[in-house]
Amino acid sequence: MMPKQEVVAMLLAGGQGSRLGVLTKNLAKPAVPYGGKYRIIDFPLSNCVNSGIETVGVLTQYQPLVLNEYIGNGQPWDLDSMNAGVHVLPPYQRSKKSDWYKGTANAIYQNIQFIDRYNPEYVVILSGDHIYKMDYSKMVAYHKEKEADCTIAVIEVPMEEASRFGILNTREDGSIYEFDEKPKVPKSNQASMGIYVFTWSKLRKYLIQDEEDPKSSNDFGKDVLPTMLNAGERMFAYRFQGYWKDVGTIESLWESNMDLLDPNVPLDLSEETWKIYSRNPVMPPQYVAKGAVVQNSLVAEGCNVYGEIDFSVLFEGVYVAPGAVVRDSILMPGSRVEEGAVVQYAIVAENSVVEKGAQVGARPEEIQDKEEWGVAVLGAGCRVVSGAQVPPKCMVEADTVYTKEAEK
Amino acid sequence: MRGNNMLGILFSNAHDDKIRELTEKRAMGSVPFGGRYRLIDFPLSNMVNSGINKVGVITKYNYQSLMDHLGSGKAWDLSRKREGLFMLPPFGNESTLLNSRVESLFSIHNFLRNSKEEYVVLSDCDIVCNIDYTEVLAYHLKKQADVTVIYRYGEIPEGTSNPAVYTIDPDSRIRDLLVSPKMEGACNYGMNMYLLRRDLLIQMISDCVSRNLYNFKRDFVQRNLSNYSFYAYEFTGYAKAICSMNSYFEANMSLMLPKIREELFTPSRPIYTKVRDDMPARYGLGSSVSNSIIADGCVVEGSVENCVLFRGVKVGKGTRLENCVIMQDTEIGPDCRLSHVIVDKDVNIHPERTLMGYQSYPVYISKGSVV
Repeated sequence: MMPKQEVVAMLLAGGQGSRLGVLTKNLAKPAVPYGGKYRIIDFPLSNCVNSGIETVGVLTQYQPLVLNEYIGNGQPWDLDSMNAGVHVLPPYQRSKKSDWYKGTANAIYQNIQFIDRYNPEYVVILSGDHIYKMDYSKMVAYHKEKEADCTIAVIEVPMEEASRFGILNTREDGSIYEFDEKPKVPKSNQASMGIYVFTWSKLRKYLIQDEEDPKSSNDFGKDVLPTMLNAGERMFAYRFQGYWKDVGTIESLWESNMDLLDPNVPLDLSEETWKIYSRNPVMPPQYVAKGAVVQNSLVAEGCNVYGEIDFSVLFEGVYVAPGAVVRDSILMPGSRVEEGAVVQYAIVAENSVVEKGAQVGARPEEIQDKEEWGVAVLGAGCRVVSGAQVPPKCMVEADTVYTKEAEK
Repeated sequence: MRGNNMLGILFSNAHDDKIRELTEKRAMGSVPFGGRYRLIDFPLSNMVNSGINKVGVITKYNYQSLMDHLGSGKAWDLSRKREGLFMLPPFGNESTLLNSRVESLFSIHNFLRNSKEEYVVLSDCDIVCNIDYTEVLAYHLKKQADVTVIYRYGEIPEGTSNPAVYTIDPDSRIRDLLVSPKMEGACNYGMNMYLLRRDLLIQMISDCVSRNLYNFKRDFVQRNLSNYSFYAYEFTGYAKAICSMNSYFEANMSLMLPKIREELFTPSRPIYTKVRDDMPARYGLGSSVSNSIIADGCVVEGSVENCVLFRGVKVGKGTRLENCVIMQDTEIGPDCRLSHVIVDKDVNIHPERTLMGYQSYPVYISKGSVV
C-alpha cells in the first residue's frame, strides 16, 4: 500500500494529434516542441508540481518513444519522489479483455488499479495539448467548497468563436445544467478546457458503469460527463482567467509560439513563482555574431546566429548562416538555415536543413489568393536543397529531400 | 562503457588569491564563467566525460556558493548510489587550515584509502579546457609511469602562481622541475593536473608528511623525481588559465571565436552545469546584438557588443554595453553606457549610469551592488 495522496493527476497523452501533420509523425502531440525549449507536456507537468500535485499518471499510446524518454523518471519536474512522482502508463496485456485505450474514459478505466493504490479523494484529468499556467489546487479547493462530484474548468471565449468549442451552460451558482458540443447558437461563451476534477469514488463508479455499456464510445465529453449530469450529480464549472491555448493545429501552434513574442499576451514563462520546467539541453550559451540582426525573438542555448531573425522562435542548437533571413518562423532543435536562404511563416522541425538560397514559406501579403496561404511546415530531418522553394501551407514529410522537382 | 578505475580529486580553492575580487565571497571553483558556467564545471565535466564516477572536491573556505552550485551532483550525473560526488571540507579540529596541497591530501587519507579506484586524477579549477583523461591514463600505462604530469608548451600565462617548468627528455620523462624560474619565451609549464596510482599517492603523501615536507611541487614532485618515474603528457587543445582579472576577462572574450567554442564545447564531451530552468533569451524590438555570448533567461532591449551575458541578465532600452562580462540576474538600464566592465551577480545598475573601464584594466562591480 502506497501512502495516501489526496489528489492524483491523470494526463491523457495518447492522442496522435493528426492535425499537426508531419510534426507528429514520429512523436505524440504532447512531445511536440514549443516555445524555444519546452515540449507541450511541460505545461501540465509543471502546473501539477507547482500546484502541489506530486502523483501524475501519463497515459501514452501513440508513438510513445520520444515522450517516454523525455519524461524519464520525472526528475526535471521534481516528480521523482519516493512514494509519488510521474508514471508512464501505456496500455498493457491482462489476463482477459486486453485492449488499446479505446477512449479517454477507457484509458482511465484501465488504470483504476493505479489510482486505487494511492487511495485519493480527488482525481484531476488533464490533457497534453494546451499551453497555459494554472493552479489546480485552487480548482480542487473550489470543487471541495461546492461539494461537487465533478468540476470542469472553463474559459470565456469570444461569443463569435463559441461554436467551435464545447460550451457549458451554468446556473448562477456555477452548477452545470447543459453541455453543448460545438453549438450553432451558443447560449454562453464558457468553453470547456478539458480539465476535470472528479471525486474519485464517484468517477470510479461511472467508469465501471460506462465500460459495461457496449454502446458507449468511452469518452469523457461524449459519454461519462453527460451520464453523470443526467443522473443528477453535482457538476460545477470553474472559471479560469489567463492565457490558454489549444495547440492542436499548425496554425494554433504557430500562433501560440508567436504569442510569446507579444508583450501584451499574458503568458510569462520567466515568472519565478510559477516556472515551467523542462529537460534542459546541455549546450553552451548562444552566440550572436557581428553583422547578425536579431529582433523580437526568443533564442535558446547552443544557437549560432549570423544572419537575420525577426519575430522568430529558435530552439537549442539552431544555426542561421550569414545572409540567411528567418521571419515569423519557428526553428526547432538542431535545424540549420544556410547562406542566403529565406524562411518565412514556417515551422521547421528538428534537424532539418534549408540549404543555400532555398526558400520556405511566404508572407501573406505576397500571395494573391489568400486561400493558398498558410504556415509552411518541414518535418523532422528534412533537407530543402539549394534553390528549391517550399510554398506556403505546404507540408514536407519528415526525413525527405525537397528538390526543385518536388515543387511540381 | 564507463571505466571505474579512476578517482577524481578537485582543489576548489587553489589560487583564489589571483582573482581576489571574484573570490571574495566564493571559491575559485564557483567563479562564474562563460555565460552559464562556474569554473568547476570544466574539470568536473572533463572527469565525468572521461568515465570517472567518483569525484572528491576539496574545499578550504568560502565554499557555500560552491556547494549550492554542485548540490547532489545530479547535473554532472554524479548523484549516484555507487560512488558519486563527495564534498571534502576541512575538519574542524585540524590545527592548520590546509594551506598546502600535501596537507589537504593528507587530511583526506581516509577518503583515499576507502576508495577502490586504482588511479587518481588531481586537478585545480582555474584552467578552462576540455581534456580527455582516458587518453592521459592510456599514456600513463603505455609509459609505465609512476606519476604523469600534464603540461603545456608555450609562454607561461602572466600571473601564474609558482609556475612549474619541466625539463623533459626525448622519451617524455621528466628530468628536472624548476619552480618559478626566471624564464623568457616558451617552455613546458605544468597545468597542476596529475595522474597516479591511488596507493602510490597515499604512500608519497605520508612520506612527505612524515618528513614534515608540505610543499607539493618542491617536496612531492621535485624531491621524488629520481625516486619515481615522472612522465609528462602534453595537452595541446585550448586551455586558458584564470590567473588575473585580465585573463578572466580575456578567457570570457575568447568564447566569441567559433573555433574555441567548438573545441571547448565539443558535443561528444559536453560541459555540464547546474540547471536553472530559465526561459530562452528574449530580444526586444529595437535591440541590437553583435559578437556576443548570451545565456538563457536574458532579456535584451538595448545594444550589446562583444559581451558575455550570463543567465537572467536584463539590458534595458537605450542601454549600450561594449566589451562587458555581466553575471547572473544583473539588471542594467535603461539608457546606461558600460564599456570594459565586469559586473558580478545580482547587481542593479540604475538608469542613465555610465561606467567605463579600459581594455587592460576592466572595472569590476561586486556582487549585489546597486549603482
